[in-house]
Amino acid sequence: MTRVFLDAPVLRTGLDRALRGDADPATLSGHADHPPRMGFFTDTSVCIGCKACEVACKEWNAIPEDGIALTGMSYDNTAGLGADTWRHVAFIEQRKPLAGQEPGVDHSSVNVLDMAAAGSGTAPQAAAMTPTTAGPDGAPAGTGDLRWLMASDVCKHCTHAACLDVCPTGSLVRTEFGTVIVQEDICNGCGYCIPACPYGVIDQRKDDGRAWKCTLCYDRTSVGQEPACAKACPTDSIQYGVLDELRDRAAERVERLHGQGVADARLYGHDPDDGVGGDGAFFLLLDAPEVYGLPPDPVVTTRDLPDMWRHVGLAALSLAGMVVGALVGRRG
Amino acid sequence: MPGLGTSFGRGGATTYQQDLQNSDCIVIEGSNMAECHPVGFQWVMEAKARGATVIHVDPRYTRTSALADIHVPLRVGTDIAFLGGIINHVLQNEKYFREYVVNYTNAPNILREGFQDTEDLDGVFSGFDREGRTYSTGSWQYEGAQVQAASGKRDQQYEKLQEKHSRGESAGSGGPSGAEGRPQRDETLQHPRCVFQVLKKHYARYTPEMVEQICGIPQELFLKVCRALVDNSGRDRTSEFVYAVGWTQHTVGVQYIRAAAVLQLLLGNMGRPGGGIMALRGHASIQGSTDIPTLFNILPGYIPMPHAHADEDLDSFIEGERADKGFWTEMRAYTVSLLKAWYGAAATPENDFCFGHLPRLTGSHSTYETVHAQREGTCTGYFLLGENPAVGSANAAMQRLGMANLDWLVVRDFSLIESATWWKDGPEIESGELRTEDIGTEVFFLPAAAHTEKDGSFTNTQRMLQYHHQAVEPPGDARSELWFMFHLGRIVREKLAGSTDPRDRPILDLTWDYPTKGRIAEPEAEAVLAEINGYDGEGRPLASYEQLEEDGSTACGCWIYCGVYADGINQADRRKPAKEQDWVANQWGWAWPANRRVLYNRASADPDGKPWSERKALVWWDEDSATWTGHDIPDFDAHMSPWHRPPEDATGGEALSGVDPFIMQSDGKGWLFAVAGLADGPLPTHYEPQESPFDNLLYGQQRNPARQVLPPGDHNRYHPTGSAPGSDVFPFAVTTYRLTEHHTAGGMSRGLPYLAELQPEMFCEVSPELARLRGLEHLGWATVVTARAAIEARVLVTERMTPLTVQGRTLHQVGLPYHWGGNGLTTGDAANELSHQSLDPNVHIQEVKALTCDIRPGRRPRGPARGALVREYQERAGITEQTGTEI
Repeated sequence: MTRVFLDAPVLRTGLDRALRGDADPATLSGHADHPPRMGFFTDTSVCIGCKACEVACKEWNAIPEDGIALTGMSYDNTAGLGADTWRHVAFIEQRKPLAGQEPGVDHSSVNVLDMAAAGSGTAPQAAAMTPTTAGPDGAPAGTGDLRWLMASDVCKHCTHAACLDVCPTGSLVRTEFGTVIVQEDICNGCGYCIPACPYGVIDQRKDDGRAWKCTLCYDRTSVGQEPACAKACPTDSIQYGVLDELRDRAAERVERLHGQGVADARLYGHDPDDGVGGDGAFFLLLDAPEVYGLPPDPVVTTRDLPDMWRHVGLAALSLAGMVVGALVGRRG
Repeated sequence: MPGLGTSFGRGGATTYQQDLQNSDCIVIEGSNMAECHPVGFQWVMEAKARGATVIHVDPRYTRTSALADIHVPLRVGTDIAFLGGIINHVLQNEKYFREYVVNYTNAPNILREGFQDTEDLDGVFSGFDREGRTYSTGSWQYEGAQVQAASGKRDQQYEKLQEKHSRGESAGSGGPSGAEGRPQRDETLQHPRCVFQVLKKHYARYTPEMVEQICGIPQELFLKVCRALVDNSGRDRTSEFVYAVGWTQHTVGVQYIRAAAVLQLLLGNMGRPGGGIMALRGHASIQGSTDIPTLFNILPGYIPMPHAHADEDLDSFIEGERADKGFWTEMRAYTVSLLKAWYGAAATPENDFCFGHLPRLTGSHSTYETVHAQREGTCTGYFLLGENPAVGSANAAMQRLGMANLDWLVVRDFSLIESATWWKDGPEIESGELRTEDIGTEVFFLPAAAHTEKDGSFTNTQRMLQYHHQAVEPPGDARSELWFMFHLGRIVREKLAGSTDPRDRPILDLTWDYPTKGRIAEPEAEAVLAEINGYDGEGRPLASYEQLEEDGSTACGCWIYCGVYADGINQADRRKPAKEQDWVANQWGWAWPANRRVLYNRASADPDGKPWSERKALVWWDEDSATWTGHDIPDFDAHMSPWHRPPEDATGGEALSGVDPFIMQSDGKGWLFAVAGLADGPLPTHYEPQESPFDNLLYGQQRNPARQVLPPGDHNRYHPTGSAPGSDVFPFAVTTYRLTEHHTAGGMSRGLPYLAELQPEMFCEVSPELARLRGLEHLGWATVVTARAAIEARVLVTERMTPLTVQGRTLHQVGLPYHWGGNGLTTGDAANELSHQSLDPNVHIQEVKALTCDIRPGRRPRGPARGALVREYQERAGITEQTGTEI
């Protein structure tokens, strides 16, 4: 075990440097002459919830169907990312205004938040209606407030990818584009990567035991094609490109939305200084990440590993010292 | 599409989806564009990014509403009251584009003295025959002129025109005199009988208060829409309307579209970038299936199907249907060229070019009359090609019972759809109404090839043909429609060979010699396209419909498609990327007519031929070259100057003036008032749906008096309406619709795992208020009941459904997707079990967007108990065979 962790390239060649965010993950992984880092910018403010990304992803990657069941969570019957869902569109009905939008509905005669019992966290089975989240400060906002958020989620292709760090077989690798992929012919199904992911993305397929997740369509990107989901997205909610350019574009977009009064607009996963060193797939959200089922402050789960190993080493040394001391003492 | 056809001259979307990006205000009404046309919706998003206001008018808050700036929920079936309210707002506040209206519309034209409006007759127009429930339209004509519609019910002028033309011939004048043919105009718009004044009077009572009372739209919200439209129309700005079957599927559906046409003409938005009316078609080649019709009442290119008038020959047919001005004057050339394409050498001037071979109409033979004919036993065989009426057509039980009375049924589809298996597992088998062993219908199922497995073209929603090539051979026995039709025809002709029976001539005389290729002898689709395009006497491809001749020297399978194979090149196969051409991108595919992308684009320039503004320039008159030029291909005679005025005795294209942008119209103008061509009135008028929880607040006439009401029989009973006793048994409005995740009646989606998992179960959408009222639980079951059927669905309680206040009462509306049926990976009851067969009189489309119903918690009864529940409701509502059939 120890050997594996210490052999992981990121750890060996400069985790500290990487954690400062001043190096390209492909370079750190030993790709000497690599193309610029590529990624996704998913602008949820223009998502129309068509799920073309989900279907295109499954078609291109030949992912099996994974359950034909009504969830009751608005129009989201996919429920979340998993071994057999690499793109997932969340639908959130909210009693909240979208700046400048006139939704036209009037529910003044009932307390819909009471009916929805709590919020987006309510189990649909227990909810009296499609889970609805509250307005600002949890109070029911004006009677005419309603917005329907849609957002396509995907593997984040973290700068510091814990899944890759913990993979004992080298199945998970960093590509020359800086993305993270599983090599299915190498994966032995150990499952270490699954709890390692701070976003709960990578998952084991029930019938074969191996781990599966978005490859950012490595087979397409390596021949100059954009990933299937981005190709299928009709409104360019999913944009594929050079990560630095996407970050610039996203910053402009947020600024523009703020100018239009959409004060809630924010970027998620764009910041190289965040707990995972920034995501290769980042998002423009219209509410807090929790509303979309995303962790508010993800941290690479292997962040403390070097420290932990240092502690382990020290502990082992002192233990050895104690043993030696004890033996010496006995002799003495 | 007579709504657009009678208003502007052609039955197709007046613009293209990419042009939405140029719009300043987009009103999506009768369409859930983001869900049903997600790819085209990118252009709405593009417009929004450029600052356009997007308005969605819809009973439900949908994925389209979520991206709109304004969502206006309205009561189902009240769109004409809403649009009429905006028309009234524009007229009363003098917000119309006066120069446009005076020059390009029939606003100044003076109507005959005999015309009486719905204001005079409490909801009907002059000319209504209560016995036959039809209008005679003579009193709707202009003073001093007899004009023909460019589309719709042109045959209604038949008797008049016969009389006129025979009189003309006897006088030796050879055509209408100027005085007879030119409408009188008052360009001050003051004459009490000019169209403008009639319009003003007609809509005067469509006030914001009235809109609020009828539609349930608060006045402030209504006025917000009015202001957005008015502020974004005029010289510098344009607004666009987008609609789909949310408008057409009503007993007064054509008039919904007419209402938008009136408004867009008044605001001066037709023929201009970012303007127009975008008709979104239901699926891939629906526009193509009316251009080269699968309809009973038209021939290719919207040439009407002849009626069974006594002794009608080609001459009398042409005289009865054609116009005296505009390009429909050339109808003889279009018809003769069509007959030459079909009958080749057999079609000669001596035999009227085989005109006698064409079938003759004896009335309406729409799909719904066909079902009744099946039940009566007069229709004994049925082909279903890509159609699943057991799920997708109104009153699904009637569809199945019709099929159960056939001798044979051929179903061609990808999978065993409900229309192919009803005889063993349909709802009537479960209920015991039918027993498999008693059904005599012989059912043939033939697997169909997918579009990837065959060559061919799609004509998309914006009249654009795009060619696709076969990628793989169809598997097993699957074959293309072209293969099926060609070989079926070939075999039938072989069986008839040598027959001397005259009734076999129409089949034996056909040109049926398409080349075939490959192992399965697939006909060459390009050869068919070349024939549709047409050729001259030497077999050279034609380039334009203006080359068509009436002497039989040209052949053309569909005159509006003439040019799609110009120079022998498949123009529909052009794929020049957008980046390599300008924003009109007319080198991608080919659009009819003549590859023009924005129709009537002469109107994008002022009467002198200059763009109304630089911002909205599209085509203009270039003085130096004395031609029309611009970004798009001019939809106008390229060399006719803006100042051209025709001589009094001119006819056809020659009779158009330099300020007649609507070149297919018999007077060259956009029709605010439809002088001819419509079965139910010259001006859109609010009528309640066949079934409504409310009385018509505007008129004593409750429903469209000319609507078609098919016999109620045992299975098509109608509800009491408005304040009639028993109407409260069905207190809620219900509307049917589609979801992004599924395709129409489900034949192409419910069998696919990747789609089935995205919308895995039939559901109904209700508001929290209705859920509380009826004790419905989120994710529980509900039973929805009408006088036709009871179905069950899982319940989604959502704030997106909102109650409305209508005439002081709270109205709840229920939403039902109609994709489900008994077969496939995801199954459920079909919403169309609930619907009835009352139709629009112009296009015979069912009213499935506005019904009434009751909803109750729990699953529906099984077996015979299901029918018993429906009968219990019928009894409680006092429903008889007469209910709902009143005028």
